[in-house]
Amino acid sequence: MKKRIATVSLAGCFGCHMALLDIDERLLDLLQSVEFDRSPLNDLKKFTRRCDIGLVEGGCCNEENVHTLREFRRNCDVLIAVGQCAVMGGLPVMRNAIMHSEDPLRECLETAYLNSDKIYNPSNRIPNDEALPLLLDKVYTLAEVVKVDYQIPGCPPSGDTLWYTLSALLAGKPVELPYELLRYD
Amino acid sequence: MSKEFTFEIDGRLVKAVQGDTIMQAADAAGVYIPRLCDTEGLEPQGSCRVCVVKQNGRSVSACTQPAIADSKVENETEEIQGYRRNLVRMLYHEGNHLCPICEASGRCELQAMGYRLGITQATKYPYLQPVRPVDASHPDIVLDTNRCIFCGRCIRASRDIDGKHVFEYVGRGIHKRVGVNGDRLAQTNVELTDRAIDLATCPVGCIIQKGKGFFAPIGQRQFDHKPISLGVAAVDPEEAE
Amino acid sequence: MAVKQPMNDQERVAFIDQVCRRYQFDRSRLMDILLDIQAELNGIEAPLMEAVAQRLSITRVEVEGMVSFYAFFSAHRQGEIVIRVSNDIVDRHAGAEEVARIFSEELQTPIGGDSEDGRFSLEFIPFLGMSDQAPAAMIGATILTRLTPEKVRTICARLKSGVAPSDLIEHYGDGNNAHPLVCAEVENGIRQRGDVLLCEGIVDGAALDSALRRTPDDLLAELSESGLTGRGGAGFPTARKWRVAADTAAERRYVVCNADEGEPGTFKDRVLLTERADLMVEGMTIAAYVIGAEAGIIYLRGEYAYLRAYLEDVLRQRRERGLLGETIAGREGFDFDIRIQLGAGAYICGEESALLSSCEGLRGEPKNRPPFPVESGYLGYPTVVDNVETFCCAARIMELGGAWFGGFGTGRTTGTKLFSVSGDCARPGVYELPFGITVQDLLDLVEAPDAAAVQVGGPSGQMINSGQFERRLCLEDLPTGGSVMVFSLHRNILEIVDHFLEFFVEESCGYCTPCRVGNVFLKKRIEKVRKGLCGAEDLGYLQELGKTISMTSRCGLGLTSPNPVISTIRNFPLVYAALLKSNGDGLEPSFDIQHALEESRRLAKRRSMIYDPTYDDA
Repeated sequence: MKKRIATVSLAGCFGCHMALLDIDERLLDLLQSVEFDRSPLNDLKKFTRRCDIGLVEGGCCNEENVHTLREFRRNCDVLIAVGQCAVMGGLPVMRNAIMHSEDPLRECLETAYLNSDKIYNPSNRIPNDEALPLLLDKVYTLAEVVKVDYQIPGCPPSGDTLWYTLSALLAGKPVELPYELLRYD
Repeated sequence: MSKEFTFEIDGRLVKAVQGDTIMQAADAAGVYIPRLCDTEGLEPQGSCRVCVVKQNGRSVSACTQPAIADSKVENETEEIQGYRRNLVRMLYHEGNHLCPICEASGRCELQAMGYRLGITQATKYPYLQPVRPVDASHPDIVLDTNRCIFCGRCIRASRDIDGKHVFEYVGRGIHKRVGVNGDRLAQTNVELTDRAIDLATCPVGCIIQKGKGFFAPIGQRQFDHKPISLGVAAVDPEEAE
Repeated sequence: MAVKQPMNDQERVAFIDQVCRRYQFDRSRLMDILLDIQAELNGIEAPLMEAVAQRLSITRVEVEGMVSFYAFFSAHRQGEIVIRVSNDIVDRHAGAEEVARIFSEELQTPIGGDSEDGRFSLEFIPFLGMSDQAPAAMIGATILTRLTPEKVRTICARLKSGVAPSDLIEHYGDGNNAHPLVCAEVENGIRQRGDVLLCEGIVDGAALDSALRRTPDDLLAELSESGLTGRGGAGFPTARKWRVAADTAAERRYVVCNADEGEPGTFKDRVLLTERADLMVEGMTIAAYVIGAEAGIIYLRGEYAYLRAYLEDVLRQRRERGLLGETIAGREGFDFDIRIQLGAGAYICGEESALLSSCEGLRGEPKNRPPFPVESGYLGYPTVVDNVETFCCAARIMELGGAWFGGFGTGRTTGTKLFSVSGDCARPGVYELPFGITVQDLLDLVEAPDAAAVQVGGPSGQMINSGQFERRLCLEDLPTGGSVMVFSLHRNILEIVDHFLEFFVEESCGYCTPCRVGNVFLKKRIEKVRKGLCGAEDLGYLQELGKTISMTSRCGLGLTSPNPVISTIRNFPLVYAALLKSNGDGLEPSFDIQHALEESRRLAKRRSMIYDPTYDDA
């Protein structure tokens, strides 16, 4: 029976999803043994049934990220944090370094939307539409929010690294990346 | 006449001369003991603890502990490697180590130690995410102390080789940091030619030479293909020219 | 009190010059130089560091390294009077927080800051050494005990009206606390006098007299027979220490007395320094005779600065009586003198090699061992470092014999021990009892019928439960340097653990990775356990982290700092179990979405569409 895989990008840049495409023609081999469920690759926005593997790119910077991540945890047997943002926060986590002020989130938003001379924002307002998910007080890694079964570091992990990891998992073998495939950048 | 003797590292017989540290004897025998604060040409200080080994069952830092005749040293056992992973993780979580945007990525010894020890999986260690200053006042040198791991190599190089004592530890505990001899680096007599500023001195991306970021392309960097070990130094000096 | 005119810049530099000259521009006396500057100028700012550095031919950052290491030095100008409230757990239970709050309100001085008029500074210090008369505070060098809100308000009113700290004392304590050179409110709190140290009738000079009639070898044999082990807590055989120092070839040797009694809950050295100073110096003098030392140092913790003048006087008198200095007791070639090195607020300096670093004018960081201090200690010379109580015991052994001393205690831990008992008991104080006494026997003596937990050996020791009170206080079972803290059923065990971890985080020197970082991680996780944000697997995490810290740390601080966690997980499992959440759903219990959204809700002035369940009704 084919294994079901779900993927999602939270506070990431979709670079890890691009890297998944970097497995090139091996994608055809992969599709022999797996089916994609919820994923931006097929535009399925909801789980159709329980999945064997969930691949999550990006960390959590807003409430929707948390909600989605928890959904993935509930619906996937094995949950994999893919890429540096999912593993340790990545570039978005740089906002945590201003966290130690009195009013950190305000400082972050004001720097992003109001107080920088690099910004064109004629309304001079911080976006606050009801449809916008609320930001978390700081950026969290996946493992801080749910139990994570595996982490694949890299920014992004190479196609080879992703291929190696998925092949091992699908074959039911332990994932031990060879030296050349283990990268934090 | 110095007395010679032998001892064992992970079952392998190693020669030593009276007064050798475990590290010296291991290096001479071609046995690699992982390390971060210890480096060729500087007095060992035993602070990072990554070189922890068990000597006759007692844990010691290999860079400072004298070798003992007929002793048994455990180096790359599962237990010791576990401690080392934890120590390297502590250093990662203590500072702000954003490998994807760091000039030292690929030649960073902390990163390379993570690779060598196979650190990939999640821990419960919290990220401390400190707010530390970047000092770019000097015309040739930048200090991004967010990446400092307190190995003290710049301190010892500046004090013992350059004779300048530009750097020193200040503060204590988790607030300990490397201070410079002035309000800013530009006020000190540090120079690009100092040993303290040599790319091989800072194991991470804390001391950066201006205009020399990302000099080696990905795939040709120090640790891209070979794990950190004896003879695979932090940076190839010719590469950096 | 006459208001001191602040010095102008020129005068300050001239003063620094004078201080450096006082110590012959000797870099190894940097500790004393900075102490004198801090005392006079209330701070050591960057230009002053520069001035010191120039005179000692070192760099400013070296001076900054020192100033920033010790809690009693300040890189900014503090108030003229610094108030330091003891923040150990027993003082906290006795109301230290309220005491600090009242000081803060009355003197308009934030805790951890200075008053706007520059007159006062207020801070917590980890442990003052007065937990048998808690809560206590140090005002300048003056110690005030048994503080109540009422008493603090009176103190504040008097301070504001210009009364000097030393004039705040209304009555003197017992014994030498009332000595004109001490004049302290401190009480000795001696509850039980044993046969070795606190007994009456110890004849001054008797030990030295008897020692000088015998050869050093003979004395070492006597010491060895006594079985005396170090009283600081580690329990190393004293005779072996002295023997190595004596046998190591060297031009000079040193004898150093560790009076840096910093382990929270220990205050017995305070009593010995007050009542048995001569005996202690005699022990040091005998050690000097045995190992062949000409100089010694008493490292007196900064918190006990109020005893300094008295101790200097003891030394002076002994010099006058020919018991110290040149040709001691008329013995040609036996010269030995002692200086007092004051500390400046660093627990780690109780570790012998860190103590020596401090004496050498360095940051109080432990040294790499080997070489051990007995081979290469102070300034690189063989040095015996022993605790106050150890030197006192050694002196008594030389007078009355090793066999006599060995008659007290257990097989491996001979002699009597001074226990400092504090916490939830009717009779806190100092008890001299033979080693090997059970915890229960001690609890009976101190009248603690409600004891539910006892911390033996201070934060770095073990916390035991009431089922373990039959255990014995000795090296074979429960070792202690003297600290015994009693906690009743009403105390929150994890609050105590959290507080001990805070202490270690605060006092870690930061030299090595596991102690510097690992203790912070332990504390953060215990905070989450206390908030009910942890699962069962977090206990395994704490234990593994604790093991890494103790296995890889460089000195005793990191070796023992996980003990509060490790010993309570073992001895109080139900306390943890009651707070742990199950996380069968795969969610991390430590992640709190409501907390993570709080600030955002406030800024956006709206509620969450996902996590505020009543959103639709709003």
